[in-house]
Amino acid sequence: MMAEFMDGLFSIFFIETLMNALLLGGVFALLSLGLNLIFGVIDVVWICYAEIIMLGMYGIFFLHAEAGMPIVLASCCGVGLTALIGWLTHRFIIGYLLQAEPINQLLATGGLLFFFQGVAMVVFGIEFRNIGISLGSLAVSEDIYLSWTRLLSFALATLVVIALYLFLTRSYLGAAIRAISQDREIMILMGVDTKRLYLLTSAIGGGLAGLGAALLVLQYDVHPFIGLSFGPITFMICVMGGLGNLVGGFLAAFVFSSLITVGGYFAELEWGYVMAFTFFIAAMFARPKGLFARNS
Amino acid sequence: MNTKLLIPAIAAVLCALPFLGLDSYQLHLIIMILIWSFVYTSWSIMGRFGLVSLGHGAFMAMGGYVTALAWNELGISPWLSVPGAMILAGALALLIGYPCFRFRITGHYFALVTLALAEVVRQVLVATRDTTGGALGYTPESHGAGGSLYALQSDDRLIFYFVALIVWIIGILIWRAVDQSMSYYALEAISEDEDASAAVGVQVTKEKLKVTVLSAMMTAFAGALYCQYQMFISPSTIGGIGLSLQIVFGVVVGGIYSTLGPTIGAVITLMLAEFLRIWMGTGVVCITEKVCLNLAGMPLFVYGIMLVLFIIFLPKGIAGACADQWLAFKSNRKVNT
Repeated sequence: MMAEFMDGLFSIFFIETLMNALLLGGVFALLSLGLNLIFGVIDVVWICYAEIIMLGMYGIFFLHAEAGMPIVLASCCGVGLTALIGWLTHRFIIGYLLQAEPINQLLATGGLLFFFQGVAMVVFGIEFRNIGISLGSLAVSEDIYLSWTRLLSFALATLVVIALYLFLTRSYLGAAIRAISQDREIMILMGVDTKRLYLLTSAIGGGLAGLGAALLVLQYDVHPFIGLSFGPITFMICVMGGLGNLVGGFLAAFVFSSLITVGGYFAELEWGYVMAFTFFIAAMFARPKGLFARNS
Repeated sequence: MNTKLLIPAIAAVLCALPFLGLDSYQLHLIIMILIWSFVYTSWSIMGRFGLVSLGHGAFMAMGGYVTALAWNELGISPWLSVPGAMILAGALALLIGYPCFRFRITGHYFALVTLALAEVVRQVLVATRDTTGGALGYTPESHGAGGSLYALQSDDRLIFYFVALIVWIIGILIWRAVDQSMSYYALEAISEDEDASAAVGVQVTKEKLKVTVLSAMMTAFAGALYCQYQMFISPSTIGGIGLSLQIVFGVVVGGIYSTLGPTIGAVITLMLAEFLRIWMGTGVVCITEKVCLNLAGMPLFVYGIMLVLFIIFLPKGIAGACADQWLAFKSNRKVNT
């Protein structure tokens, strides 16, 4: 039993698994980035965030497969679409609930989750749709193959984290966004138009969902309920990373992806998820403000 | 209207209901409404104190699956396994609740921890598909035709109607009992301000745990009842995030703070789904050659809009708004006379 386990640990497949875990972490990091930003700045949980990604995937799928747009252009339109959805979500729903109980905000976006699923089901049907593009995979050695899509996600996630970090720390608007996440009341007295900043943050967050969608659509079939399969993990990454802590969220994404992939390597993929969620619960008990949260 | 007359009158109507010439389908719908009313009531018993759990899918699935698995695999009668499932669900609630309350995990953090719990249970059910059937669902073995008291099975909907009715009434009575207990005031205080209530001597962790365990055990019982009635359970019908959100939706629409709010929510959600299904159908309608609409998605579509509108404009739900109107009406009348 032990020998078998050690064999498993040092086999070439395990190394491939670890590399895949790293790359899956990139996908998770990208998916949770926008949510993390909204979470941190507006202090609202968009429980429908994964459904916005789903709508982005459908948008890109149709622009490419039906309207015949090149995939890069379709992806850009997808980002625009989800940015618009993010803007609308804040403008017409969250904006009215800023003073409400936090849990009511969460539940309202829960309503949006049903709404988006309903829209997707009514308009697109329940068929699984595959965009039919494969970027192939990179042969690292004779036995190790890494998918280009995942490499791309990893690179993109890293780039976006850096870009977002620079935007938040170096630009005037970024400074305003950071300030508002520190103190909501004072900023209004300083003459800051908080409404505009919240709308901007929501649009950026939505746009990041579209970016995630552009990468997911290359890897998975789209269907109206795909959001449920990666939605929960996205929230948990944000919470574990410490709300609004982009770097923490980035690290948490890799912790989760390693647990899932390694769990999936030794048993079934579901057990990987079980491990990841259990770890999340335990981590919350140990550090209720998130594993990588700054001590304040 | 005299309340002393009202309650026996309602009881008489409810008892006579199945004999009013309902067909099998209508009776089925009423039974489902009663079962889900009980689930929603169980959830609101803790939910109304700001303990919003998205993990009740875990407890309901536990009730259903423990009962069905014990019967199929071990031949244990539901008479034993249902209490067992309830105790297990209570223990699970304790295991999750104690650290949550001890470390002051509240609000949407609590919601997300319980959501993780629901996902753990759902994934375990899918992963152990060799025994539980995974996502395809699970059916308890039938104990002979007709029905069996030993297996708590019955083909007769009438029997299930009265069982569900009694269970629902017990749920309402438990709610009333909680309302009249000291815990109610403690929990009310905790939901307003945890630190302040701890300072005046409320045992915050203990009070929250009591109501959480109660709610979990009731939900597990509902899961078992659902399983015995439908003779089919699957992780998506009685577990996971979808179920948790469905509960929350019904409760918010009906009214989280009122005794009959969850019941009204169940009536509205189930009737709405049936109404949309019958009125619009579930087929595919093509407007033009290219644009086709799949009407099976309409309930979700309408639910979503309703939930958002209710949270913004009627956060107390239908029952809460009616109660407010009634109180305003009464106080107005007093002023006038």
